[in-house]
Amino acid sequence: MTDLPTSPFPALLVGLPILVATLSLFFRPRGKAVVGLMGCLLTGGLGLIALVEVMQQGTVIHILGGWDPPLGILLRMDSLAAVFIGMTAVVGVFISLYAWWFFRAREATNGGFPLFWPLWLFLWAGLNGLFLSNDLFNLFVTIEVIGMSAVALAVLSGKTAAQIAGLRYLLAAITGSMAYLFGVALIYGSTGTLDLGLLRQVLEPGATTTFALLVITLGLMIKMAGFPFHFWLPPAHSSALAPVSALLSALVVKGAFYILLRLWMEVFGVSITFSAGQLIGLAGAIAVIWGSWQAFMQTSLKLIVAHSSVAQLGYLLMIFPLLILAPGVAAGSADWLSPAWTAGVYQVMAHAFAKASFFLSAGIIIMALGHDHKGSLRDLASRMPMTVMAIGIAGVSLIGLPPSGGFFAKWMLLKGIFLSGQWWWAPVVLAGSFLTAGYVFMLLRLAFATAREKEPFRPVPKGLEVCALLLALGSFLIVLPAEYLIQFLESSEAFGSGIQSIMEGGTYGND
Amino acid sequence: METTSLLPLLILGSSLIPGVLILLLREDQSALRSFLNLFGAVAKVSLIAWVFAGYLRGEEYTFIFRLAPQLTFALQVDQLGLFFATLSSVLWLVTTLYAIGYLEGGQHRRRFFAFFSLCITASTGIALSGNVVTFFIFYEFLTLATYPLVVHLGTDKAVNAGRTYLWYTIGGGTVLFLGVVGLYVLAGPVYFGQTEIIASLISENAPQLTILFFVFLAGLGVKAAIFPLHSWLPISMVAPAPVSALLHAVAVVKAGAFGIIRLVYDVYGIGVAEQMNLLTPLAVLAAFTILYGSIRALFQDDFKKRLAYSTVSQVSYIALGVAIPGVLASAGAIVHLVHQGIMKITMFFAAGSVAETYGHYKISELNGIGRRMPLTMGAFTTAVFGMIGLPPIAGFVSKWYLGLGAVEAGSYWVVLVLLGSSALNAAYFLPIVYRAWFCEPDHERVSRIRSGRLETRALLLIPVVVTGLFSLAAGVFAALAGSPLSIAREIAEKFYLL
Amino acid sequence: METYQIYILTSAVLFVIGMGGVFMARHFIKKIIATIIMGGGVFLCFVSFAQRDALTFADPVPHALVITGIVVAVASAAFALALARRIYQLTGEESFTNDK
Repeated sequence: MTDLPTSPFPALLVGLPILVATLSLFFRPRGKAVVGLMGCLLTGGLGLIALVEVMQQGTVIHILGGWDPPLGILLRMDSLAAVFIGMTAVVGVFISLYAWWFFRAREATNGGFPLFWPLWLFLWAGLNGLFLSNDLFNLFVTIEVIGMSAVALAVLSGKTAAQIAGLRYLLAAITGSMAYLFGVALIYGSTGTLDLGLLRQVLEPGATTTFALLVITLGLMIKMAGFPFHFWLPPAHSSALAPVSALLSALVVKGAFYILLRLWMEVFGVSITFSAGQLIGLAGAIAVIWGSWQAFMQTSLKLIVAHSSVAQLGYLLMIFPLLILAPGVAAGSADWLSPAWTAGVYQVMAHAFAKASFFLSAGIIIMALGHDHKGSLRDLASRMPMTVMAIGIAGVSLIGLPPSGGFFAKWMLLKGIFLSGQWWWAPVVLAGSFLTAGYVFMLLRLAFATAREKEPFRPVPKGLEVCALLLALGSFLIVLPAEYLIQFLESSEAFGSGIQSIMEGGTYGND
Repeated sequence: METTSLLPLLILGSSLIPGVLILLLREDQSALRSFLNLFGAVAKVSLIAWVFAGYLRGEEYTFIFRLAPQLTFALQVDQLGLFFATLSSVLWLVTTLYAIGYLEGGQHRRRFFAFFSLCITASTGIALSGNVVTFFIFYEFLTLATYPLVVHLGTDKAVNAGRTYLWYTIGGGTVLFLGVVGLYVLAGPVYFGQTEIIASLISENAPQLTILFFVFLAGLGVKAAIFPLHSWLPISMVAPAPVSALLHAVAVVKAGAFGIIRLVYDVYGIGVAEQMNLLTPLAVLAAFTILYGSIRALFQDDFKKRLAYSTVSQVSYIALGVAIPGVLASAGAIVHLVHQGIMKITMFFAAGSVAETYGHYKISELNGIGRRMPLTMGAFTTAVFGMIGLPPIAGFVSKWYLGLGAVEAGSYWVVLVLLGSSALNAAYFLPIVYRAWFCEPDHERVSRIRSGRLETRALLLIPVVVTGLFSLAAGVFAALAGSPLSIAREIAEKFYLL
Repeated sequence: METYQIYILTSAVLFVIGMGGVFMARHFIKKIIATIIMGGGVFLCFVSFAQRDALTFADPVPHALVITGIVVAVASAAFALALARRIYQLTGEESFTNDK
């Protein structure tokens, strides 16, 4: 482990945003925003440089303060972490720029919400820390940092609905963390280590391990709003300020998924069973259908988008059953694994870009019209063509039409489904796409319809519209480097060992 | 396949780039917009002509971009693709002219022309796709690009039509997606023309292949408007006339029909399809659609709606020809891609011009229109005779080949269907012709747009005359080398050589 | 049954009580207390493992973890209480009304 090249980037990626966030607390409101934006741009740039570094050097590590584990902390940046950090950097920078214009435009009436900046930087530090963590307890600490700053951001608007939704969100987050931590305690008790790499070697299948995996998965599913624990997400995401909604849905929920993916792939390979996979896949499948249907039934734009997140996160859960072959399907090679795995990563990225763009567009519409009832979208296409374009492009990616990132994710997902012999998931994927098309085009249809009466319309800064549009385009552009990106992901040591342990686990589960 | 050429990409770019640029223009920059449009259209026709010439000299043009391991975006040039691309690009040029005239002074023209260009990009993309995945990408792209055009007017009726259009096409696309992935998992990346891949699987995976074939057919059948998936087409009639032309003649239904041709000849191969008995259901369905569409057309008073049901019927000729094994029927099917296109576009242009100039939308209002707009209605009448199948107009040639093919294959019932359809065509089209030329005009409505001494705006008149002449020429000169028919025969013969 | 196993069983019971409370209770304060009980269960579990096979000295790692965990739990509880108070001030409500 320690023979890997050391790099300062992992420490900087966590340290810098915390430093800037703390620093900005000493400034006046205006200064907070300036310092905050600078910090965001720096952190984003750093994230991209770190991604390039990992692409060139392979996995890098950093031991904080020179204290060796287990009491010290080791940060490890492999290709999976690098991809997530890079994605956070790109999405984060665009949302930051949007937030800058958004709060400036509202400063006169609502105040500039200066606390957004330190909170967002703390959140960013937590996300980077999460992606870089190499032990179970660090993951807990970072996900708590994320949870607390996320809730604080969610209640920032000060509206009553946001406070109530925020409390519900916070309680769900604490419950999820505690469940996760309980599982961690059990693992530590049975193995005496928390290091992911070591655990992979020493973990043995047994009742304790299975129970620990169950509690951990349960906790993380609460955190990522997996069905049936999705209840907290729509109110919290829809009542927050627009840039915050974008952050929450694009990045925050992905943190819990990242841990889940890491643990299932890297650590618990030996103890996952076919039926466990089916169960979590079923939760995902219900989320896809239920969330899409709920989105279709909503009347306000932000609620539509928030319910759509429930559905899109369902697709992420659906990759887990595909990690285990159906009984009776010969495991010749690890062919079936790579599509399922990359489908997850691509779904994360496509959803991050598209959903961020969607929420930002919703914010623009609210700013222009003062509300977001879906009927208000009438005739928007002629008044705000760029925003309608952004909604259209992001929507196409959510539906999964080619050649978007969403399409690529669904393609890989379907491929994994067929290759692992679990064809019964295929109708769910297609029905989800169809329902998504239902609500996306419900919005676009209104945007093209002529207005019944002219509503008061305030012009919005162009920068906002550009940010939303660029993010939407991002959900398409991620397909271009797909081949390279997949090879890069597969080069990860974790992936290689994950395949091995799952191959073993797969046969174990089928016996 | 080793040589990579950017020419296919350039052909797509010739309409994609103007489309994007137009979106960036201001609404009032109409001269620049028209210039971009026409420049793109002319450039596309020339590029395709250039590539066609190169192809005939034996050059290969392939563009490949690898998206993921074994998932490639491939554009390649073959005769069938070029045939369809030529049709689309030439008709696009004509339609662009017509649309500029038709929408003069209308609203949201920037949006309209931008998506118009994207639409033709999708259509040429479909033509030049080298494999199933690429085809699917452009097939879905076409759906998205046409949607804003269908709802262009923004009225409740248009918006509802757009909704129906989307439910059908997105549903079809979703089903097609299943088929594409299924085929991919079963057979790997299938390039068009590699029929040996499916042929090698037939002994082991026959049931799966049969299911896949019908999944594909269901997906493609939506755009090809095969019964019972046709309802979106008449409803989409509310769109402006150039859009209808695009839907019916240039892009959308053609994409479906072209897909069926590709599926049978270039993916499964006619031999395999015949051996697995996949074609009979298709033939029956197509034959039923032909009759059904014609009968429904009889009862429409709305001019464009009658034309729309006629399209439902006419496009299924292509599917029918594909479903009858034999070179003659295949040639008939392929050539009908072109013939139906030029005849139907003439009709829609004429209907649009009449509506635009005199405000007549119903057939019962058309009394004496032929005397007021002789050239427009002359072209329309030519197309009508073609549709019915009178020699020497284009439609006759297609029907003749289809009939010969059916006799050759021993499917005599098909001949009956063709005859019945011709009779029905006559029954629903001739009344229009009769009213236009032989009934006294109603004198109440005299308000009209005049443009100099012409019967209507020049940009509305020229395209309809040109396409009318095309339909005549395609029939008269069918025997010459380089005519649509001779090319279609060559293409069909190649399918049977394999 | 060894001592540490009794502790672990107790911690599991505490955890389940807490979790049940979070989902069943409607009053804000009750829900918050329930999360604290869950936390107590988890920390007890950690600490009991430290004692397990330490014949000579206790394992320091769980202690370090539990201290961090307690800090986090206190902070979340404080935040939740602050939110609950804010909602009470704004609406006068003490529990989720449209509980789903």
